[in-house]
Order: sequence, then structure tokens, then C-alpha cells
Amino acid sequence: MIIGNGIAGVTAARHIRKQSDNKISIISAESDYFFSRTALMYVYMGHMRWKDIEPYEPWFWEKNRINLVNAYVESVDPKNKKLHFSDGRQMDYDKLILATGSKTNTFGWEGLDLPQVLGLVNKQDLEKLERVAPNKEQCPRAVIVGGGLIGVELAEMLRTRGIEVSFLVRENAFWTNVLPQEDAEMISRHVASHGVDLRHETQLDKILADKDGNVRAVLTGHGEEIPCSMVGITTGVTPNIGFLKGSGITCERGVLVNRRLETNIPEIYAIGDCAQQTEPTGNRPPVEAVWYTGRMMGEVVARTICGKPTEYSPGNWFNSAKFFDIEYQTYGWVFPEKRRKDHEAHFHWIHRDDDKCITIAYHRESGKFLGINTFGIRMKHEVFDSWLNEGKSADYIIHNLEKANFDPEFYTSYQQEILKAYRDQIKTTVS
Amino acid sequence: MSSLERDMSLAGQPPKSITARQKLASGLGMAGLIVLLLAAFNIDFPDKALWLGISLTTMTLGIIWFGAEAYLGKHRGIKNDGVYFKSLSSRGFWAWILGIALTAFYIILYFFPEYLGLTAEGDNKGIIALFDPLSKFLSGNPASQWFVYGTLYTLAIFAFGFKFIWKYRHNRYEILRTISVMFFQTSFAFLIPEIMARLNGELPYYDLKNIWPLNYYNFERYRVNAFIDAGDIGLAMLIFGILSIFVITPILTYFYGKRWYCSWVCGCGGLAETAGDPFRHLSDKSLFAWKVERWVVHSVVVFVTLMTTAVIYSYLGNDNSKYWLDRDTFLIGVASLLTLVFVLVMIFKREELQKDARYGAIGYFTIIIGLIAFHYFSGDGNVFLFRSETLRKTYAFLIGAVFSGVIGVGFYPVFGSRVWCRFGCPMAAILGFQQRLFSRFRITTNGGQCISCGNCSTYCEMGIDVRAYAQKGENIVRSSCVGCGICSAVCPRGVLKLENGPLEGRINSREVLLGNDVDLMQLVKKGGN
Repeated sequence: MIIGNGIAGVTAARHIRKQSDNKISIISAESDYFFSRTALMYVYMGHMRWKDIEPYEPWFWEKNRINLVNAYVESVDPKNKKLHFSDGRQMDYDKLILATGSKTNTFGWEGLDLPQVLGLVNKQDLEKLERVAPNKEQCPRAVIVGGGLIGVELAEMLRTRGIEVSFLVRENAFWTNVLPQEDAEMISRHVASHGVDLRHETQLDKILADKDGNVRAVLTGHGEEIPCSMVGITTGVTPNIGFLKGSGITCERGVLVNRRLETNIPEIYAIGDCAQQTEPTGNRPPVEAVWYTGRMMGEVVARTICGKPTEYSPGNWFNSAKFFDIEYQTYGWVFPEKRRKDHEAHFHWIHRDDDKCITIAYHRESGKFLGINTFGIRMKHEVFDSWLNEGKSADYIIHNLEKANFDPEFYTSYQQEILKAYRDQIKTTVS
Repeated sequence: MSSLERDMSLAGQPPKSITARQKLASGLGMAGLIVLLLAAFNIDFPDKALWLGISLTTMTLGIIWFGAEAYLGKHRGIKNDGVYFKSLSSRGFWAWILGIALTAFYIILYFFPEYLGLTAEGDNKGIIALFDPLSKFLSGNPASQWFVYGTLYTLAIFAFGFKFIWKYRHNRYEILRTISVMFFQTSFAFLIPEIMARLNGELPYYDLKNIWPLNYYNFERYRVNAFIDAGDIGLAMLIFGILSIFVITPILTYFYGKRWYCSWVCGCGGLAETAGDPFRHLSDKSLFAWKVERWVVHSVVVFVTLMTTAVIYSYLGNDNSKYWLDRDTFLIGVASLLTLVFVLVMIFKREELQKDARYGAIGYFTIIIGLIAFHYFSGDGNVFLFRSETLRKTYAFLIGAVFSGVIGVGFYPVFGSRVWCRFGCPMAAILGFQQRLFSRFRITTNGGQCISCGNCSTYCEMGIDVRAYAQKGENIVRSSCVGCGICSAVCPRGVLKLENGPLEGRINSREVLLGNDVDLMQLVKKGGN
């Protein structure tokens, strides 16, 4: 029995089916079928229809004997191994996987409950966005709070319908709690070039309503009022575990799990965004709200459930995103200023068009390669993974960057330019 | 599905879909089209060369201007905003109007050319007459309905080619590929045959890049005779025609995949990639559609093979007075070649064929060899039970006209731009067969970076569910892939890349690197499979 039909829950179900004949049910109140959460934006932008973001055709579930249940789980009763649904129904389980994902993280601002305030996490958020901001006549201006991945997606979405966007970012550049300053500044310039009114070092104070109780404006921390018809809250996500209160399952921010993804109660597991590792791996945070980690945990828990207990042991960190027209990939760890240890040094190269750059992190003394951020240039996951495993030096990486290139055929190579920048930097450091 | 989901795509409203200047550009193009329509209704233009020039120029400029307005003022990048909201590109009202208009044009072109002004005797009238000056300038002959069609077709590829290049101007693969199709269409398909006709009037009209079996009539009696009568150059062209399919094509497909032809050279592909680009996402991605595709397209290959064999057989003599080849040698040759290919595939590549493909191959092989054997033992004058002329006419009607023209292009706005290439083209099927079984071409995926978003599958004009492979970290080696490169372009996470590489490990990726450490992945693979 799996609660949640996101990438984590569905991956678990698929792998359990591959390895066993166990009866599998997936419960979700969000959607009838699994869809790609990261693709929600493309439906609003008109690139795809809803059914296009569903990776499996409806017959897939029946063929693989995966029973889909559309219901909202109100509470879990581990003693009797029962789930209670909001419509009064109940279901028994033998083993339970919690894969309930995330919900929007908020900071208790005044006005959060107004009808035109939304996050962008689930299908219902998208439906709400269609109602609140269908076009620029009904929604001439929107304010987005929080400079992260979801915020920039929401900005891109709204811009495709000609809606003016004011984007409030607490830091002095976009996503600086993850990106080094130079990378963050390039993305900030790119976001602004798309007509987004990007306001750095600006926080939300409160959301103001008109006399009918609709969003009228926001008040910033600087005391400025920005009129708007909609407010997008994209200040991160937090595990969606409210329904577990009183169940006896130990939670902090998320559901606490050990390396085998087991909770404190036998035969109950938690995976994906809603899980909180008691022993995180390496530099990884205890709660990883990333598509890829959800998928990995799904694979691991499936093995455990099928009688081959396995620890969650993720390999080298990787991630990717797209900021309007600029693709971003990262392999290994590149820390921003505020979380950087003293030994971590960076090499940075930026293209004159201001839409491509790379940042390579390495150990100041040993020269060992630690990680790379690449913007506008595609790189091979497999190659970086082996370079990280082999403990290659940054010098080696930079001289062999071409081997990791994954750009389409005939694309310009920046190898020589990057090498030159690298040699120039060495010269300056030495002299 | 709930009603709300439908609303999500219908109520959605992109920013004003076209600007004022784009409207002007459309108006300019339409003006050119109206000149043609007036000509079709037998308005007699005084200076035909001038009016034809005005018409073709305004249409070309209108399209190019429209494209420039649509893309040049914007950032370089993917431009699919509102595709599913616009009536024209989401099977809305304007899509049906355009589909009906195109279909009507093809029906007139193929079956009622007299409405375009073709006359049995005497001078052309109507549209065809309007094109006389251009045709006379190029080849010295008056125009035909095919000359009109060829001119408009070339113009479409050329003008919409600009639009496509600007749309994908961040992507050099797309730019080079589009320049290539524009070049092959204007030179090989349009200008060179006309000029050859001027230089040597005895040569049959021959678009050298149009290879049998796409060019199903290439080995018909009148053409073969004309080739032979035209002397050395004609003979060279005939030999080139045979080498094209049996030698040149397999070699190029081995090195580059069938894309060297389907998306870099071919005229049908050229139109689909340029004028058809706004409709590429309309192809059906379901598993069911894939099954239909495999049966239909391979049936067309069998049909065209039978038809051509029968036609050639019918004009070969029992003695070898005119042709050095006699009937029996030819038929035995065909049977031996097919047997050779069949046996080689079954011995070396059996494992790579799906079960139904194996059944299909065995079934079709049995039918062909059975028919040839039946012919021998029955002593029937007609090869394959039917008169060769009946076979040829049926093929020309069903496949040559209805499928490739009326449905293939007429239904662009409904079924997508590659319906013909996917379900009907025997050439694409043969190239696809080579691509699947022995080619260095594949689309590689980038480890675990796929987020299953579905852009690749949605914008695949051949209806391949690219995502199904990408999310498993598997390479894509599909016979239908024409290598247009759009899946790679629209991928937001840099997961897909078109590549040529060694055959080893081409189909099953060496390592499915989805993120978990390798030991675990090996366990999962061992346990799972």
C-alpha cells in the first residue's frame, strides 16, 4: 500500500511489481494518474496538454496490476494496520509506504488565506492558477515571493500570458542559497531580461486585500506597496505530513527514517520529499525535495519490501533545472559563499553573451575536483560521476571538459576559451 | 477526465497570438495567393510573367516576414508557448479549415487537373498558364500541373525554412539541417531536372535524390526506355537509380542513420520539417498507433516490391533482344535477393526484432516467395495473380496519390506533419529497417537527468514515446526516428543527444545510471530482469 502517486510512490510500485507479485495499491487524492510534477508549468504555458505530462498510458496500471485509489487519507492507524479516508472508507494494509511529497512552505504572513494566493506544488495549485490568472486582463500583475526553482518557473509561466511579474527575492541575487554569487547574478540578469521586475533584497511583509476580500497589493519589507491581482508563494516546500499527527509515527520536519527508509514503526516506510533522514549521506540535507532522490528512494524501498533489505545510499549528487532559456546542470557539490568551507576554491568562466557559464569547485590545497555548475552547456552525467568517483583533479577536469560535453552536434565548443580563462586565473593566483 | 482538465487547455489564453505586423505579413502572403486563385478562375492576366513574379514574391516575403516577426525580437530558445491554445496548431477551427483546403487542393491536383487549367490540346489555361513563362524560362516547355505543384512546394520549403531557422536559431544542428533540405529541394528536386530537360530533351524528368521505392515509378518501361535511349548519361542515371537503393543508401544509413535522407535531403521530409513544423506535436504517441504504424508501413514495402517486380517483369521479354535481362533471371534474382536479406537478418539480427516483427517478416517473406513459386508452377502469364498494370495503377492511386498527398499533407493540421513518412513511406521503412539493425546512429540519454516531463515525446513528429526510453536511461534506437533533433532541442534538462557511434552496446545502455550508487543498480538489474 503506497500513499502518494508522485515519482517516489510510483517508482516504488513499479519496482515492487518487477520483483514480486505482491498486491499493490496507490492512493492519491491529487490526480487519477501519475504525472510529472516538474512539467506542471508546461501545461499552463501551452506546450503540452495534461495527458502529455502523464508518463504512462492509462492501460499501464491495469496491465501491471497496480490498483489506483482516488481517496484522501485522513489518518493512519498502525495498530490495526488501517487507513481512514476522508470519505469515511477504510483500507487495510500489510506494508505501508508514505510518499506524500511536499506542500508549499510559508512564513505566516498576513493575507495568506486570500483566494488569489497560491503556491505551485500540486495539480490543484495549477487549477487555481488557471482560475486566478487566466490572462493579463483578469490578472495584469502578479507578485512572486521567494527566489528559488518554483518561483522562476512561475515567473516564466506568467510571462507567457503577458502578465507583469514582480519577483521578490530576499537575497541580493537569484537562488544564492544554492548558487555561487557569479552564477546567481547571471541568472538574475537573464530573468530580468525577460521583462520580470526582479527585486533583490526584498521580502514580503503582508498581503493586502480590497473590500471584497480579494488580493489588492503586497506590502514589502521596505514599506513599498506593489499592486497585484495574485501572489505566488514559492519560498520552498516542506514535507506534507499533517495527517500523520497522532499516528505514533515519529516526525520532525518530515517522517524520520533510517538508512533503510524505515520509520519507527515496523512495516511503515517513508520515501521522497516527505522523508527526513536521521543519518543523511555526505553533504546531503536530511530532507531532499528533489525529483531524482524521490526516484532513488522508490527503488530502494521496493527492494526492501521484496525481501532484500537495502540501504538508501545515493551516489554523487546531481541536479538540473532550467531558468527561462538557460539550462542548468550540477554534478558533485558547488557551495555558495555562505555555506562554503575554507578549503573550497572556485574557477568561474562566463561567455560574453551572458547566457553560458561554468563554475568548478575544487580543494584549495589538493586541487581535487569537488563539483561543477554548468549553465547553457550540457554535460554528461556518466562522465562526471566517474570523475568524481576517481577523485580527479580540477586541472584534469578543465583540460578534459570536452569529453563530458553533451551539447547537440555542430554546437560551438568553448573548450579553448575556458582553458584560456583557466590559465589566466592560475597566472593571477601565482603572481 | 474532469471537465476542469479540458478547460485547462481550452480556456487558457496566450498573449495575443499574432502582432499587427504579423497580420500585415499574412496579408501580403495572402495577396500572392489570391493572384493564384484569380488565375484559377480564369482571370486572364495581361503580363503573366509579371503577375506570377508578383504572386510568388509576395507569398515568399509574406512568410519570411511573418517568421521574422514571430521569432527575431525574442530570446534565443524554445518557442512553444501557447501551441496547444492556438486554434491552428491544436486541431481547432482554423486547423480544420486549412486541412480541408489542402485536401481539396490535392484532390484537384491529382484527379482533376483540368480545374488548374490543364488542357488536352492547345495552350494551358488558368493557374498552369500563369506558370508557363517560368517553365519556359527553365526548361523551354510549357508548364504542367506538376510544375505548378513543384514550384509552390519548393517555395513553401524555402520560405518556411527561414521561419524554422529563426525559431531554432540557438541550435546549429537544426540550422544546418534546414539549409540542407532547402538546398536539396531547390536544386535537386526543382532546378536541376528542369535544366537537364533543357539540355537533353530525351532524358526523363529525374529528381536524383528521389530514390525507389519512394519514387515507385523509376523503373517503369517508359522511363527505362528513355534512360537507355538517352545514351551514356541516361544509362548512368539508370545505374545511379539502382545503386542508390542497393548500395549508397545502406552505406549512408550505416554511418548516419536514416536522418541523412529523411530530415536532411528528402522533399517530403523537407516540407514536414518546415511548413509542417507547427503541427509536429499532433502525431499519435500511443502504443496502439505504433503497432498500426509497423503493420501499415511494412505492408506498403511489400506492396511496392510486388508491384515493381510485376511491372518490370511485364515488359521484360522472354528472350533478351531489347534488354539483357530476361524474365526468369530477373524473377530469380528478386527471389534470391529477398531470401538473402531474410536469411541474414534471421541469423544475425533475430534477437533485435520484436516478436510481432519476426512474425511479420516471416509472413511477408513466405507470401512473396510463395507468389513467385506459384507463378512458376502455374505458368500463368500474370505474375502475382494480378495484371501488373492493375497493381501499378492501384499503387499509384492508393499510395502515390491518396496516401502521400491527400492524407500525408492535406491532414497535416489534424494528424501531424509526418503521417506519410511514418505510416506510408516504403523508403522510410527500408531505411528504418537498416537503421534499427545496422547503423551507428542512436539517441543517447544523459544518465539520471530525465524528469519525465514529456516534451520530447510530445514534439516527436514520428510519434515515438521518447520519454519511455529517456526516463529509464536507455538509448533510443527506433526504426521510425528520422533524426530531426527536436526531442533533444526541447528537452529542458539536457538529456537527449543524437549521435553516431560504435554498434556495440548501442541498444542497451552500458549502465543505467539513475543516481543510486552502482552496486545497488547492479543488484536491481540482476534482481529485476
